[in-house]
Order: sequence, then structure tokens, then C-alpha cells
Amino acid sequence: MNDDVKVKNKKLGQKLAIIAVAMFGFGYALVPLYDVLCEWKWIERDRPDAIKAIPETAYTVDVNRNVNVEFMTSLNENTPMIFSSEMPQLLVHPGEYHTINFYAENKTDKTMVARAIPSFSPALTSTYFEKVECFCFSEQIFAPHEKKIMPMRFVVNPALPPDYETITLSYTFFDNTETAVKK
Amino acid sequence: MSAVTAEHGHDDHHDDHAHGPAKGWLRWIITTNHKDIGTLYLLFALAMFFVGGAMAMIIRAELFEPGMQFVDPKFFNSMTTMHALVMVFGAVMPAFVGLANWMIPMMIGAPDMALPRMNNMSFWLLVSGVLLLASTLFMEGGAPAGGWTLYPPLVLQTGKALPFAIFSVHLLGISSILGAINIVATILNMRAPAMPLMKMPMFVWTWLITGFLLIAIMPVFAGAVTMLLTDKFFHTSFFDAAGGGDPVLYQHIFWFFGHPEVYVMILPTFGVASTIIPVFARKPLFGYSSMVYATASIAFLSFIVWAHHMFTVGMPISGELYFMYATMLIAIPTGVKVFNWTATMWKGAMTFETPMLFSISFVVLFTLGGFTGLMMAVAPVDFQYHDTYFIVAHFHYTLVPASVFILMAAGYYWMPKWTGHMYNEKIGQLHFWLSAISVNILFFPQHFLGLAGMPRRIPDYAIQFADWNMISSIGGFIFGASQLLFLWIVVDTIKGGTGEKVSNEVWEDAHKHGLEWTLPSPPPYHTFSTPPAVIPCDHD
Amino acid sequence: MKKIKQLFAGVSFAALGLQSAHADYALNLMEGVTKVSHDIFDLHMLILWVCVFIGIAVFGTMFYSMYYHRKSKGHKAANFHENTTVEIIWTIIPTIILVAMAIPATKTMMELDNVQNSDMSIKVTGKQWYWDYEYLGTGVHYESHLDAMSEKTHRDGSDPHGVPHYLLNVDKPLVVPVGKKIRFVFTSADVIHSWWVPDLGWKKDANPGFINEAWTQVDKPGTYRGQCTELCGRDHGFMPIVVIAMEQGDYDKWVETTLAKQNEKPDLSDLSREQLMANGAAVYLKNCVSCHQIDGAGAPGDYPALRGSAKVNAGIDPLIGFLQAGTSKMPSFAKLKDNELAAVITYIRNAPELGNKVGDEIQPKAITPVYDDE
Repeated sequence: MNDDVKVKNKKLGQKLAIIAVAMFGFGYALVPLYDVLCEWKWIERDRPDAIKAIPETAYTVDVNRNVNVEFMTSLNENTPMIFSSEMPQLLVHPGEYHTINFYAENKTDKTMVARAIPSFSPALTSTYFEKVECFCFSEQIFAPHEKKIMPMRFVVNPALPPDYETITLSYTFFDNTETAVKK
Repeated sequence: MSAVTAEHGHDDHHDDHAHGPAKGWLRWIITTNHKDIGTLYLLFALAMFFVGGAMAMIIRAELFEPGMQFVDPKFFNSMTTMHALVMVFGAVMPAFVGLANWMIPMMIGAPDMALPRMNNMSFWLLVSGVLLLASTLFMEGGAPAGGWTLYPPLVLQTGKALPFAIFSVHLLGISSILGAINIVATILNMRAPAMPLMKMPMFVWTWLITGFLLIAIMPVFAGAVTMLLTDKFFHTSFFDAAGGGDPVLYQHIFWFFGHPEVYVMILPTFGVASTIIPVFARKPLFGYSSMVYATASIAFLSFIVWAHHMFTVGMPISGELYFMYATMLIAIPTGVKVFNWTATMWKGAMTFETPMLFSISFVVLFTLGGFTGLMMAVAPVDFQYHDTYFIVAHFHYTLVPASVFILMAAGYYWMPKWTGHMYNEKIGQLHFWLSAISVNILFFPQHFLGLAGMPRRIPDYAIQFADWNMISSIGGFIFGASQLLFLWIVVDTIKGGTGEKVSNEVWEDAHKHGLEWTLPSPPPYHTFSTPPAVIPCDHD
Repeated sequence: MKKIKQLFAGVSFAALGLQSAHADYALNLMEGVTKVSHDIFDLHMLILWVCVFIGIAVFGTMFYSMYYHRKSKGHKAANFHENTTVEIIWTIIPTIILVAMAIPATKTMMELDNVQNSDMSIKVTGKQWYWDYEYLGTGVHYESHLDAMSEKTHRDGSDPHGVPHYLLNVDKPLVVPVGKKIRFVFTSADVIHSWWVPDLGWKKDANPGFINEAWTQVDKPGTYRGQCTELCGRDHGFMPIVVIAMEQGDYDKWVETTLAKQNEKPDLSDLSREQLMANGAAVYLKNCVSCHQIDGAGAPGDYPALRGSAKVNAGIDPLIGFLQAGTSKMPSFAKLKDNELAAVITYIRNAPELGNKVGDEIQPKAITPVYDDE
């Protein structure tokens, strides 16, 4: 191999290595990209809209239409809590504001840090489900055996496509005490 | 390490003729010669083929009859996980890198690989990675048992082995990336001036495309497992719902890597088949340029179909439909390839030596795997097929009687060139027939099992699945045992084979099909120090 | 002999690509008992036949060529290596076939996706390693574990022939009415699981923290069996699903009795030692055996042994508290009723098969709640 070729090879090798490093970065870029794709509703999920508060706006209430909103509560494994909603479901008119209470109780003798993760089904409805106030926006701290009543205020945007008659909103509480302590 | 050192003895013959290699065992550690490194890769891959195969035998033994007989369910899960990782990263991929090392410089008239020292490093990184992976078997809590896809949250329940498994994936990834960079650089920079891109042998073409695939995807996989690592130990929440992450995101990233990855194992296979079939049909390859374009389009499509591995994960219908349509498209270029191979055989003057037998059975059985692939592309029906033995049958058809058979074909085809000795054709044919029959006894019944409702990755099953599992296991044992014949042939051929003196071109008129056949058998340690002036090309 | 006959039947059916009518095992996809599952079956058959015909054409050509274009028969090789017309034809024909397949596939996909307007909803939670069913709005809520006989058989490694529906049987099946559109909402409490009953035509993943939906409408009363299909750890192979579809009237009665049973106060009267041990063994087999194993040896590196464990063999009160509260590694067993808890504690402290021999017993009344489970 003559020296010219050696230099050429080294340069090409470096260029390819740069592509490889860039692709490592691309792997990480898939994380925010995923949220973007979710917003396009091409892949998945309700993440982007589900965890941010939306300011209360006055919608025209569509009294001719009923949407059944179901509330579902779950606990992840080894989350020693009691968690339930005030009512299993609520019939609402789009554009009408409602507040619904959730109950949670720490069953342990220790302070607990827990977080409620929302999820919608059908996932596409998450965009139309606007929360003004929710316990799910941040981590909740529970004193030993503390019982909490946590309100969630929401509206179903009247722009919800007509095929949707039922929206299921699920909250799963995760015990994050260990991670919170380590952090 | 033992697997590697054990093989050193077989290669002493190189010293007889080579001028240049270091003396003694040190040669194999420090070598930068593409032929030496090719040999190392191939022998290492062969050793790992038997290690991964032994794991498969454990799996098939446990599944021989319903009821738990031999192993603990967790260890069974470790076996399915490790079998896949060892076969993919330790056997099939390294074997193709080994072939690339040996053949690409000789096929394109280059003196060596573009970056010879890095070449040595890729190999030893591979060995370290695989050894590290194997060592997890002996760690507290056992080897990873969450499947080769390493899905969280399950994989995060792995015991002490998790960081080691992830680090070994990093090593294997770096090794593959370096290997791929080297191959791409060799192909782009080192071709004899008389060889333009569209006159390259198909094997070189497929590896060029595969090299780019590897450079693009291995870093993504490395990123995904790094996220697993930080989720577990540094409190990030990429995939942890508790912290605002999403376990399904991992699946998207993994399959963004994973789908092109399966083509990494099949594209070079296409290349070898397109090399061997014309030689034994005594006809040029049909549709060379459409073969190139088909390969490139398969590679391109592989990047935009990943979520067909995740139809049941809960995607909106728009996503399901898009991934279904995109996946169905792959059938078109793949079909073109199969039709081209058939047309290559059409009106040839065929002979059926062992390499040709393996290649033809590759075309037939790979097509069967392709058919089931098409069936699974259809999302609503995949709701039934997904994660059952039907898919186990599907991907084993595309990997064993396809990739592995083609590796066998390549071994038989080029072994006389590499060693200067002819292998024993009778034993070769016996090896073929035993393998071809038993592989179907092994995998065909798994279609029935999957359709009848048997999920994959289970250590025990309901009685109604008993018959086909027993047949499948029997096929598996015969297939496993048959591979010992191949081991015997490799050792025998290295030692001198039939004793017949092989010519430069070994196979009738092979010189028309590739530059390697213009060299002596075995080729001298250094070849094409000056590029050849004339390039054989059978397609213009 | 019977086996060999079956085998031949199977192979010849396979060769013909026909469905087997044989009852013992199936060769083809199950047709199922819902409209969607029938549509899926039809799609499956359509694509299968397309593949069979393409296969016959391609392999036929290939084998014809292999037979007639052999060097040993003196065939001289032609030298053509391209033909644009042919290449265009074999690109266009597959494209047309694919489009023809995509149309019915899209229709079925949309049908599967239409979860709205259901008559009832069931929440399905995957857990390591059982299913949890909650009938929304009715209060019916229970766990569905692998049945005791299968459990014991696979733990012992004994011969499963003769165990009814080995590994496909549960203690409490999911019961649904026929002719009603039933919506399922899936989630998981730990790792990813997947819920599959082949007769319903689909499977759906249960992801921790997220919900997924699917629906079914069963036409025919019957018992339909399935399994978890996403690798979920050690006992992934041992968490089956059984769905019983019954007429509306029977279903209503079932709801009534199930609710009555669910709300029944547990019988807390004293039990004999034998009775405690027997009940304890059953509770252990259902709730503890996956991790701590049938011989109490645990799984080194994953789960601690009960055999000779200090915690098990020391004082009773801390043990009760521990079981009720759970830890970050072990779930709380507050869900066990006092009589079950008493029995299983007696069992783990005294069972010879677990190697413990404290020599005491605890009665249901002695269980004091650490906290109320509302």
C-alpha cells in the first residue's frame, strides 16, 4: 500500500467514524423525536399533552353531545398505597369544566414520594382532554399514613372528533421514594 | 479464550507457504494480514456456532416432552436469550466479517484491508465482548434472561450481570462498527483501477451496503443499551414510566436498530448466493444491476419498517397501517432476487457440488421464510402470529437454512482456495443432506405449533403441543449432530483433505466469475501487491 | 402406532396445505369464535394460498430447470443475463398481489380498532405471574392464577399427562356474556405482558403505566384458552388465560354469586393444625411459590430462601407485619384474608418440604391488621 492510499483510507475511516458517532447521538435524538411523532399520532401515546396544565378557556358547551369519561386507577408493583377515584365514570358535555377528586393514602410508616402517570385510551383523545389542575403534574409527597384528596379539573375540548364517545383516563401511581432519596 | 487457542493448531499449514507472517502463536495475536484475520474470524464464528448450538440443544431437550425435566425456567430464559445473542453477535455476523476479510481484498484486487491494524483490533474486541457476555452465565442471578431484545422493565430485573451484558454489547458494537468502517473503506478506496462500482462482484456490493447499515445502526443500539444502563444505575427515566419515560420507546429504538440488523445477517448471504449459483450453473448472474438495486432498496426499506415487530404494543391505527404497507413493500425487491436466482439457473449447465446444494436449498428455504414474513407483515393477522412459534419458525428459516446454509456453502466453495486442499465431497454431500432434511424436521413443525397457539420463550407447554415439539426436538438433535461433520471436514481439509492438488480456479471456469480464482490455491500471504489489469466480469 | 399415524396424517395434510380436522392438535390457525377472528382467519388463508401458488410457480420452475438443465444430461449453458421485459413483469405482478392483499387487511384492521360503543369494560392487569381482572362498574374484581394441579405438576417436574388442560387452566376464569361487545383495557403492574386468547383473534400488550384497548364479541358459549405471550420473567410460561363465554342469564347469575363470595366475611374460627397446614400449602402454591420455590430454596441472586430463613423462623408478629406491609422487593400480601395469612404463616414455619420446623401454629383471630385495606 503506498502512502497516498494510506492517507486516503485514514480520512475515509475518520469520516465513517464520524457518521457512527453521529448515529449514537441520533439514538438519543430518537427520544425527543418520539414525542414529536406521538404528537403526529403516527406512533403512540399521549405523553406530551397529558402532563401539562392548560389555562382555563371558555368553550361553548355542546349540550347535545355526551362524552363518557372513565377514570381508572392503578398501582405499580410494591407501591403500598390506596388509590381510587371519586366515581368510576362521568358523563360530560364537551366544553364543560368538571372537577373530580382522587383519594390516595400512604399505607406505610415512612414518608413516601409517589408519582401518578396518566395514560389515555384511545390515545388520540389525549389532545382533546385538557387539564387545568392535576396531581399528576408533579411528584406527590405523602407523610406516613397520610390520606390525600387530590382534585383534577378538566374539560373535553368540543373539537373532539365525533366518533369518540368514551375516553378512558388511567392514572398509575409509582413509588419513587428510593430514587428520590438517592437523588 | 480456550475456543480460540484450541484452533491455533489447525492453522500451522499457513506457515509452510507464507513468507512474512510472524513465527509461532504470536502471529495470530498481532497479525494485520487480512487472510489471517479472516481465518481468525471464521474459526471463532465456528466455535461460537457450536456454543450457541449447545444452548439450542438444551432448549430443545427441555421442550422434548411436556413437563419440566432438566432446567429451571429462569435458566431456560437465559438460554433463549444467550443462544440468540451468541448466534447473532458471535457466530453469524463474525462469520460474514471473516468472509469479507478473506475475500473482499482478493475479489477487488487489493493487497489488504484499508486499515489493517484496526482490523486486528476489531477481532480482539469481538473476542473480549463475547467472552464477557459468556461470563455473565456464571454471575449471581444468572445471565440476562429477558430475551435478546433486552426489553425494559424486564431486563432491569437481571441480577449482577446487567452492566456486564451491556458493556459486552458495547464492545461487540464497537467491534462491528470498526469492522464495517474497514470494509467500506476497503471497497471504496482499494479497488483495482480496472474495477468500477458496477463491475464489483455481488458479494462485495452486498457487503458495501451492509457496512453502511452497520455503521448506521450499531451506534443506535449502543445508545439504547446505554439508556438502559443509566435508567438502572443513574436514575434517568428514558424507559421508566415512573419518571415520565416509556418502556415502549425502548422497543422503537431497539427495532430501529433491530430490523436493519436482521438484514445485516441476510444481505451478505444474498451476495454469496449470487456468487456461487452462476459458477455451478455455468451462466452469468441474471439481472446484476437489478440485484444491486434490489439490495439497496431492501436496505433502505429496513429503516422505515421497524414497528412491524410491535404491532401488538398498542399503536394508533395510522401507525399500524403505515408499518404494514411499508413492510409489504419489502416483498417486491426480495421477490426480484429470488426470481433472478431462478433465472440464473434457467438453461444453465448445472452441477450439484456441495456449495451449489447449500445455495439452492438456501433459495428454496429462504423463500419459505420470506412467505411467512409476508404473512406476518399483514398487521391484523400478526395479532395472531406475534410472539408465537410461528415467528420462531419464520426467523429461523431466514437465519438457519438461509444465512447459516450460505455460510456453509461459502465454506465449501472457498475452502479449497484458502487451504489449497480439496474437501471430501462425499462427506460434504452427506453433511448437506442430513442438514437440509433435519433443519426442516426441526423448524417446519414450529409453524403448526405457533398457529395452534404455542407462545414462544416458554419452557413448558400444554399436552396438545407435545407431538410437534418432540418431532422438532428430534430434528434439532439430528441437525446439531450433523454439524459435527462440518467440523470434521474443516479439520480434515486443513490437514490435507483428499490429497488432490487443486488448481487455481478449483471450480470449472471459475476464473470468469472472480479475481480470487486467478490466484494460486492457497494464495500467497500477500496478494495483489500491484493491482490486476484485467477484471473478469460476467455481466457486461 | 397411533402417534405414527397422526404424524403421517399431519405430514400429508401439511404437504397439501390443508387444514387438519384432527382434534388432538391443529396444523392451521384457529378460526376462533368472533367475527373478527373469522376475518383474520380468512385473511390468513388468502395469504397462505397466495404464497402456496407463488411457491409452486417459483419452485416448479427451479426444479424443472434443475432436472433438465443439468450438465450431466449434456445441457449446454445459455449465456443470457438480463431481460428487461421479464424483470418489469415480475416487479409489477407482485405489486398488484400486494395491493390486493392490503385492501381486506386494512378493513380488518379498522374493525379491530373500533373499540367505541362497547356494552361493558373489563380492566386486565398483568402481574408477575398472574392476571388481575376488574369488571368496571360492577365491583367484580379478582385474580386469576394457574390452577393448583398444573402448578404442582410443573414445580415437581412430574409427568403432566393426565393433568386436565395442563398449563392452560386457571383457578378463576374470566367470564363474559355472549353477544355483547366487551371492551378490554390492558395495563401492567410490573413488566410487559401480553394477553392472548387465539379464539378471540388477537393479542394485546399490557404495558406498565399505560393502558391499551381491544374488544371482542363472542358468538358462541364455550371455554377459550390462551397464554401470556410477552416474555415476562421466570414464570412467563405459567400464567394462562381462560375465558368462559356464557348466555346473559348465566352471566348475570355468575356476577351475583361472585360478588356475594367476594364480599363474604372470611371464617375466622380456629382450625386444626392439619387444616392450617393444608390451607397454607394451597396459599403458598398460589402466592409464594414463583419466587421462593416449591422447596423454599428461593432463587440465588433473585429471591431469598425461606428454608432456614431467620425472618421466617423468628417471632410471629414481625412476620405478620412484614407480609402485610411488603418491601420494595416483595409485594404486600395485605390482600390475603386473615385466615389465609394465618394458614400460610403456619405452613412456611412448619412445612417439612420447606425444611422449617418451628413447631407452632397461628390461628386466624391472632392476625392483627397493620392497616385496614379499604
